[in-house]
Amino acid sequence: MTEARDILLSGGRVIDPSAGRDETTDVLLRDGKVEAIGRSLGAPEGAEVLDCSGLLVSPGFIDVHCHLREPGREDVETVATGARAAAAGGFTAVCAMPNTEPVTDNQAAVGFIIRQGLRAAAARVYPIGAISVGQRGEALAEFGEMVGAGAVAVSDDGKPVVSAHLMRTALEYAQAFDIPVIDHCEEPTLAKGGSMNEGMMSARLGLRGIPAEAEEIMVIRDILLARRTGGHVHLAHMSTAGSVELIRWGKERGINVTAEVTPHHLTLTEAAVGGFDTSAKMNPPLRTEADVEALREALRDGTIDLVATDHAPHHYDAKEREFADAPFGIVGLETALALVVTELVEKGIIDFPTLVDRMSTRPAKLFHLEGGSLAQGSTADVTVFDPAREWVVDPSKFLSKGRNTPYAGDQLRGRAVYTIVGGRVVFRLEE
Amino acid sequence: MTSALGKDLLALEPLTPEQIRLILDTAEPFKEISERAIKKVPALRGKTIVNLFFESSTRTRISFEFAEKRLSADTVNVASVGSSVQKGETLVDTARNLEAMRIDMVVIRHGASGAARFLADRIESNVINAGDGTHEHPTQGLLDILTLRDHFGDLAGRRICIVGDVLHSRVARSNIWGLKKLGAEVAVCGPKSLLPWGIDEFGVKVFKRVEEAIEWAEALNVLRLQLERMQAGYIPSLREYNRVFGITHERLDRAPRDILILHPGPMNRGVEIDSDVADGPHSVILNQVTNGVAVRMAVLYLLAGGRPELAESAKASAPGAER
Repeated sequence: MTEARDILLSGGRVIDPSAGRDETTDVLLRDGKVEAIGRSLGAPEGAEVLDCSGLLVSPGFIDVHCHLREPGREDVETVATGARAAAAGGFTAVCAMPNTEPVTDNQAAVGFIIRQGLRAAAARVYPIGAISVGQRGEALAEFGEMVGAGAVAVSDDGKPVVSAHLMRTALEYAQAFDIPVIDHCEEPTLAKGGSMNEGMMSARLGLRGIPAEAEEIMVIRDILLARRTGGHVHLAHMSTAGSVELIRWGKERGINVTAEVTPHHLTLTEAAVGGFDTSAKMNPPLRTEADVEALREALRDGTIDLVATDHAPHHYDAKEREFADAPFGIVGLETALALVVTELVEKGIIDFPTLVDRMSTRPAKLFHLEGGSLAQGSTADVTVFDPAREWVVDPSKFLSKGRNTPYAGDQLRGRAVYTIVGGRVVFRLEE
Repeated sequence: MTSALGKDLLALEPLTPEQIRLILDTAEPFKEISERAIKKVPALRGKTIVNLFFESSTRTRISFEFAEKRLSADTVNVASVGSSVQKGETLVDTARNLEAMRIDMVVIRHGASGAARFLADRIESNVINAGDGTHEHPTQGLLDILTLRDHFGDLAGRRICIVGDVLHSRVARSNIWGLKKLGAEVAVCGPKSLLPWGIDEFGVKVFKRVEEAIEWAEALNVLRLQLERMQAGYIPSLREYNRVFGITHERLDRAPRDILILHPGPMNRGVEIDSDVADGPHSVILNQVTNGVAVRMAVLYLLAGGRPELAESAKASAPGAER
């Protein structure tokens, strides 16, 4: 790799919640680190100067929840295409879920993802290891060796941890390595066969519903187990107002629970499924207006800590089928920032410093990752984005191999202009 | 050309009261054709129709086939039991192949909710939903409504209760939407475990006990209870179902009025309905079957662009129309 040039980010609005910074100033990056922040920093000889006037400069966004499908489904996504899609979406790092084929449940598998991420040389890729061997919900996977190989968390995501005993043990054992245990909260007997939210819409369409309680029962179980064990439980893709209430209850008692919400659960309701539209089929399902309101408020007040995409690419024809048979999930890396800007910031629910906190500062802190800060000497992972840039979602232009999104054709505002990882520009917006 | 019903008949929920009345009114003159010695008129001569049945069906398939033949359409039956997934070919491929054969109409029965809509969105032919999963069965709803209208005249204010496994019933959904659009009061009754969560938001009354439903209703539409519901743990046993929710003459005898009895079939005698009720003087179950052919003729005729005011003359122009 060639030696990274110095980069001067000139005249942008620099937001760094870790330092309480929000001002128009310059940032100088050198040797993969933040060298200096201040007004009218001169460009050193040979430095690349990026004019950031009118743009926001923030510590790089981190997505703690995506599915890169490699190994196993390289036809759908690879670590490289996923990492490039992430960079295009303004993410400097992503955490890859272990529900690959074979499952990422050992140090060799973790090492493979790390190597593929380094070869991609786009957004950083941090593997998440499985909680249980083969994600079968029985024996614990080797957390220690996986962390040694580079895993940053454990999860059986895609599948809930059905056994409360296994969840308890994972929360205890993980403490030796200081990693969060992520759960996909879904009580399987209640959710069985369901393909959308259980409510008026599922009754109308004659589709089997997944009740809110399928999530909430597991949320409270996990919170109680975190209280019992002192472990850090991180709850993936929260979707209901009830879950928000339970997390609030847990946090008020000092229990070590954190949670994420996806852009789609912040912006869409079950109404999107109305015409049997499989592009709106996800798990957990899109819920009601009241749930969306509660999730937005929870992200604002910090009850929900961060935004994560649950980026879930599928083959282009996988969703071209009967609703109940179509797979769950949508791609999210390249639309997340714009959805949060358009639907939350522009509507006055959160401000830009909060956006940066929920998409960079907190993910870095909770998952113990580098980045999340522009303090002098910190790693030069930086996202420069244009908060006012309007664009129309065109899935054919995605860098992800996945095209499955319910937002196709939507006009959104907010777009990454430069994504910088370790002092190297890994994405530049063309045009 | 776009018919008065649009391209397809997928559900009763999106129809206007006028469209429903149009179908029922168009069915009236077609009833008579089935009473003739030569049961055939040329209204759909030259049209090709595929009856695509992914689920086994006797009554609905035969009813559609008679309706098509009595209108002189050329029909092909494709029966493929099991889901398209098990069959190997996807529904979208099936749709493309049908389209390539330049057919005029498809009648589809499929086990997945939304399958008829899926097909209709992808082909130019008219699509008629003959039952999609647990979503809707619009022609069944229409024939039930026609049968009720035959008896009551105007349905406004009439009290009709749908009894049984509403959760898994496409018939129930089509009945609820269709009857409400015509101004009827609609109720449902059944074990709570077999009613959809959120059913009260449909604007229907909900009776927990069948005795209350019988006290209230002027007509009962009794749904088939499938054996699988017991195996899946929704109810403890068919025997207990009959004892608690069965429509028996003992229960009906205590009603303050005679109650019209409908059943979409096939019946489980002695489970959801007792034989003496099904065969009794207030049962219109066989009238439903007769009306089914007329309603389907009306739907086929209207979707093919037939002008409703010409339905009467369409039948008159039948070759050998004299009886």
